[in-house]
Amino acid sequence: MLGATVADSTAPPHDHSVAARAVDLRKVYGEGGAAVAALDGVSVDFAAGEFTAVMGPSGSGKSTLMHCLAALDTATSGQVFLGDTDITRLDDKRLTTLRRDKIGFVFQAYNLVPTLTAQENIELPLAIAGRKPDRAWFDTVVDTVDLRSRLSHRPNELSGGQQQRVACARALVSSPDIVFADEPTGNLDSAASAEVLSFLRRSVDEHHQTIVMVTHDPIAAAYTDRVVFLDDGRVVDEIREPTADRVLEQMKMLSSGAVAGTPAEG
Amino acid sequence: MLRITMRNLLARKLRLVLSGFAIVLGVAFVAGSFIFTDAMSGAFSGIIKGTTADVEVAPKGANDFDSLQDRRTVPAEVVDKLAGLTEAQSVHPYNQQQGVYVIDPDGDLVGGSGPPGLAFNYSDTVAITGEPILSLTEGELPSGTSEIALEESTAERAGYGIGDEVELVTAGRDPTMTATLTGLMRFGSAGGLGGATLVIFDPDAMQELFFTGQDVYSGISLTAAEGVSQEELRDAAQPLLPPGVQARTGDDAAAANEAGVQEILGFINTFLLVFAGVSLVVGTFLIINTFSILVAQRSRELALLRALGASKRQVNRSVLAEALAVGLLGSTIGIAVGYLLALGLKALFAFFGLDLSGASFPITLRTVLVSYAVGLVVTMIAAYLPARRAARIAPVAAMRDDVALPESSLRRRLIVGAVMVVGGVGLMALGFAGEGEGGLALIGAGMLAILIGVALMSPVLGRPLIYGLGAIYRRVFGTVGSLATQNSIRNPRRTAATASALMIGLTLVALMSILGQSASASTDKAIRESLTSEYVVSNVVGAPFSPKIAGQIRELPEVETVAQFRTAQAEVDGSFAFVGAVDPNGFAEAFDLPIPGAVTALFRPGTVLVEESTADRGKYEVGDTIPMEFQGGTVKLKLTATFPPGALPANYLVTPDTLIKGGLEPLDSILFITKQPGAADADLRAAVEKITSEIPTVTLKNPQEFAAEQKEQINLFLYLIYALLGLAVIIAVLGIVNTLALSVIERTREVGLLRAVGLSRRQLRRMVRLESVAVAVLGAVLGVLMGIAFGVALQRAIADQGIDVLSIPWLRLAVFVVLAALVGVLAAVLPARRAARLNVLRAITTE
Ligand SMILES: Nc1ncnc2c1ncn2[C@@H]1O[C@H](COP(=O)(O)OP(=O)(O)O)[C@@H](O)[C@H]1O
Ligand SMILES: [Mg+2]
Repeated sequence: MLGATVADSTAPPHDHSVAARAVDLRKVYGEGGAAVAALDGVSVDFAAGEFTAVMGPSGSGKSTLMHCLAALDTATSGQVFLGDTDITRLDDKRLTTLRRDKIGFVFQAYNLVPTLTAQENIELPLAIAGRKPDRAWFDTVVDTVDLRSRLSHRPNELSGGQQQRVACARALVSSPDIVFADEPTGNLDSAASAEVLSFLRRSVDEHHQTIVMVTHDPIAAAYTDRVVFLDDGRVVDEIREPTADRVLEQMKMLSSGAVAGTPAEG
Repeated sequence: MLRITMRNLLARKLRLVLSGFAIVLGVAFVAGSFIFTDAMSGAFSGIIKGTTADVEVAPKGANDFDSLQDRRTVPAEVVDKLAGLTEAQSVHPYNQQQGVYVIDPDGDLVGGSGPPGLAFNYSDTVAITGEPILSLTEGELPSGTSEIALEESTAERAGYGIGDEVELVTAGRDPTMTATLTGLMRFGSAGGLGGATLVIFDPDAMQELFFTGQDVYSGISLTAAEGVSQEELRDAAQPLLPPGVQARTGDDAAAANEAGVQEILGFINTFLLVFAGVSLVVGTFLIINTFSILVAQRSRELALLRALGASKRQVNRSVLAEALAVGLLGSTIGIAVGYLLALGLKALFAFFGLDLSGASFPITLRTVLVSYAVGLVVTMIAAYLPARRAARIAPVAAMRDDVALPESSLRRRLIVGAVMVVGGVGLMALGFAGEGEGGLALIGAGMLAILIGVALMSPVLGRPLIYGLGAIYRRVFGTVGSLATQNSIRNPRRTAATASALMIGLTLVALMSILGQSASASTDKAIRESLTSEYVVSNVVGAPFSPKIAGQIRELPEVETVAQFRTAQAEVDGSFAFVGAVDPNGFAEAFDLPIPGAVTALFRPGTVLVEESTADRGKYEVGDTIPMEFQGGTVKLKLTATFPPGALPANYLVTPDTLIKGGLEPLDSILFITKQPGAADADLRAAVEKITSEIPTVTLKNPQEFAAEQKEQINLFLYLIYALLGLAVIIAVLGIVNTLALSVIERTREVGLLRAVGLSRRQLRRMVRLESVAVAVLGAVLGVLMGIAFGVALQRAIADQGIDVLSIPWLRLAVFVVLAALVGVLAAVLPARRAARLNVLRAITTE
């Protein structure tokens, strides 16, 4: 099961440029006494062609970080770069185009449009952009997620795992620079999770996709190249080439209060 | 994007139907009005063309479609001269008489009240349509004064067959007469005369009965010889005619008559379109509400689209595209329903004597274009605000469970609403100061602005009412009551918008009933104050009758004086003048006109008395000379006094000789009778009724009964308006059904939860019903209050035009509110059933 990770440990040969970067990112909800700093000065890079997991206790700001990175929400201060673009400076119109053309997003609750078929849901971002799907790429994606026989079904005729695979396909079909996934396996059982995760892994290995994924699950984290730990709105740790055991150990360490000020690497 | 929109529409057929309904009804009203007036104008145009020959010769202004009975005639020598023209193939002199009514075997007037009763002599004239004007279809032509033929539809409606003795009421020599029916005739090629009845006499009998036996004619129709144009024939005929008699080409005559008819039809069209407008405004509220709810329900989905990269414009446009589709479909169905509505109007107007049974109801290109334009524009306007709001949904909302739509603040609505109310009041004030149609339009616009302003403010204005109702609900219905109250408070905008639709309908209903009641009260007052005669003889519908009646009554020993009141129409300075004529002798006994000085001194032949507000508007002063243009010529009159409004059923009062100078046949409309001192009431009644009994519509009454008869007319008009406003109220009720149904869908989860914790189906239904009643009562109370405000303002404004008593029908208004509550109960039936049928488990697990 970890073969993919191991195989990848030789490091992707292509580029090591940064796909997304947060610089001293702060996000404060509410005002005055009721203010909550969901992100409290987060600085983190996500390398292109890498599969990164973001982990942390509930309420640590993982979703908020995803939303800010994916241009779904605006930060209170700090900067977010996608490639070379500082998205905190963009207006709504440019952000919309950015989301449409450069970013894919997978939600925990699938979020498919109930009135559209699986195929139509997958093609939705292209339809919005008014682009024709690249047939070859579409077929590749559909085959990778193994949904060919289900394309004409409506979401309510699909299982949770199938629905999430449709959502993943939707995120990938427009060949975005980066895909964000917020607990994509949160609602799935272990078998369905494995389907989705190996699909994500494959798209990184075979198509050099960049993926950032929030998860609670050490086993899911083990599919990734790197795990970033958040706590209380701050990056507290990270692991490269994680295994489930190492992740679990690290999680225990963090929750026992032995918070390391610097990354525990080395 | 378009596909998502279409999918959405199809996936939610019920919503589509509900939101489309408002458009359907509004557009149906517009289309129906046009189709109906087109049908009328087609029918009348057919009648006009079917009675017009190549060239028509008649005294100028006489015998037109909208002319009164003319007393001017063409002497028989003229016929001989015209017969010598080589340009004329044939010459057809004719006589015509208005006020000849057929009495059916039950003793009732055929055609009821309203449509004219006509008599022609038989002739074989061919109309410009190429068809004979009259053709015998059955039996024989009548001869002598005791035989008649009837036009087919007239005979059919009366139920007479050949050989029957037919009773007639006439405005001629004999007030009533009996004649044998010898034949049936077809009029023109189209069946019927739009509800008018037609009696056909032999030419000599016509002169004998209606033209004191002289050899004179009402007019002469000419048929052109082979190869001679209408113009050539006219030019040849004109030099042979005596002064004042005119030859017109058939085309000109038909065009002039059609223009006259169009004027009346245009008025009816405008009248109907006003109601269509009301329905559309109400419909707009319904659509705004429906789309707002749909957007709210889809906000998560819309947020998802935004998260996937759809721009604000795309989201906005997808909602608008949905509206466009609804608008298109609604307009299409609306046109079809409009056709049915036109048939309904046909039935409604048939009740008022307009018979269009033979008419075709065309759906013209204009009707289609206007209907689509109105339907689409209204839908797009209504969908604009919800669409804009949809575009403001943040993409991150796709991630949340409970998506709240960005709402504009109530404060802003309050301010905008207040500005509209103030602006509306200003417009109304300007309108009252202004004149004629422009003024009316301003008043209408002002009322609309105030209504919309109040609708905007109603989330705040309605609060005390909802809370008050809530207190009652809690006390009477316990938890279910407070849940219902919570539901109506939780979305004040939605509640208010739903209620506003009903409010607009009820405002107008209340306004009209206040004006109607005030008009009735003012009539009472005017009759009480100025009518001093003990008795009145009049025709219910105001159709004139033979002056012979007055002569016979005057002979009675119980009667002291009889004043014969006549009516006519004329033009003064280009505007329509409603003229009354009465003999000064006997007038002072019948009327107590509050004018300075003795009536007999001021009111003589050659003078005119003018109603005050009319004098003000025309800037006429005592001593001025007023030219009054009748159909038969202009008469110059000296203004000697003005009288207060409402005192007489006319704006101008002249002496009878003035009408004769104007070419009009002297026919009476109302007789005012004073009793010989010492005569018994019962004796006088019996004696007069013996004379009037022969004519079904002409009756004797005392001033109270006379007032009641007048008020009956006001009420009849009021019912017509209620019927037309009813459609707006129906739309508003549909709005309540729609909003409730959508709210129930929206609250599926919550409803399931309530059921899961033990709320019974019955309690659930009651909860929905109570919410519905709250909305309906809110709308009704606001509407009635607005109606009272408008009613008082309008009555004050037109006090100088005769409606000088303000009378508010409190009981009736209270009944409206109670009815609205009942409507609320009805509106809740379907949504409540839907809510109660929900599967509990499914409801709580619904996404
Ligand atoms: N819309 C919001 N309004 C107010 N507080 C929020 C909102 N979204 C998140 N938060 C708060 O921000 C913090 C981080 O939330 P989130 O990023 O959702 O955490 P995670 O996804 O790691 O569980 C939490 O304390 C949460 O309560
Ligand atoms: Mg989260």
